[in-house]
Amino acid sequence: MGVEVPDNVVVTKLDQMASWCRKNSLWPMPFATACCGIELMATGASKHDIARFGAEVFRFSPRQCDLMIVAGRVVMKMLPVLQRIWQQMPEPKWCISMGACASTGGVFDTYCVVQGIDRFIPVDMYVPGCPPRPEQLIQAVIDLQAKIQAEGTLMGREFKTAARQQEKRALLEILPGHELPRPMPRV
Amino acid sequence: MADTATLDKLKARFGEADWKAGDRLPSASPGESRIVVPQSQLAKYLKFLKTDCGFDLLVDVTCVDYLHFRNAKDRFGLVYCLANTTTSERLIVRCYLNEPDLTVESAVPLWEGANWLEREVYDMFGIVFGGHPDLRRILLPDEFADHPLRKDYPLRGRGERHNFHRLTREEG
Ligand code: SF4
Repeated sequence: MGVEVPDNVVVTKLDQMASWCRKNSLWPMPFATACCGIELMATGASKHDIARFGAEVFRFSPRQCDLMIVAGRVVMKMLPVLQRIWQQMPEPKWCISMGACASTGGVFDTYCVVQGIDRFIPVDMYVPGCPPRPEQLIQAVIDLQAKIQAEGTLMGREFKTAARQQEKRALLEILPGHELPRPMPRV
Repeated sequence: MADTATLDKLKARFGEADWKAGDRLPSASPGESRIVVPQSQLAKYLKFLKTDCGFDLLVDVTCVDYLHFRNAKDRFGLVYCLANTTTSERLIVRCYLNEPDLTVESAVPLWEGANWLEREVYDMFGIVFGGHPDLRRILLPDEFADHPLRKDYPLRGRGERHNFHRLTREEG
């Protein structure tokens, strides 16, 4: 015996429903520390208009955000701040590493610049370029939306998998004669 | 030239044995002269230059590490750039320091603006300014254990930039 479903009713899974809501209203936290931040602003402005993808509500309070966009270099004095802000954002949350510097340190291979934020916080999308065009950032948002739709769950089970916990890169440079790190306190 | 008057005043006050006038560089601007003074008496010279020669503006405090520099005899060159805002005269006061005694007297009592400049020199080169009211690191984190603009400090550091706790999804 079949149940009669009216024309204006759609049947779906709760997980997919939640992901669909989340992906279309990402609230970015603009962690813009350098020149990439300018391109991030251009992405939010009328010409490229990230609002077309539901991600226009840039909030400067991490409590209100669920997408961190790290745009620019992060130095070692800034990294504890970055981690604190990431921890202050409520779950579920995602991170886009925008530009060469945030992803790898870029040309700034010096003592104080962190060589890729993915060494210290989880990253979902990398955007190459110096700086990336707004279109590239928008593409990253679209790809992230696809990722959220594909694997998102109502209670955030996808974040608990082993694959999401594993290290993405080696922590230390493996150089011959490289000295052990100096003591620095845990954040 | 206007600056010879200052040099004459210095001669009259300190004699000619301790300090010397530096060579005039092709890049020097008009009315700019350079002197080299002994480490122990730097503050005395600066005080005289401020009170008696009218150098009321401290433009910059910086330092140069001469390690591996050709023909260099001393390790560090500490540089105070002064200006006289009435006559537009400029004076570069330099003193050479060698390890292990990297202490000079602070210029903060003379120019309040020396405060952060001297903190930066301390941060980057490890020059210690005696009598400075607040000699802490200014740019690098307090836990940093080195002075990175010294030439024997590696460009990529000694691993400090990667010595942080990693956040995983689970903790975040
Ligand atoms: S990737 Fe290029 S544009 Fe972006 S922060 Fe680095 S240097 Fe600036």
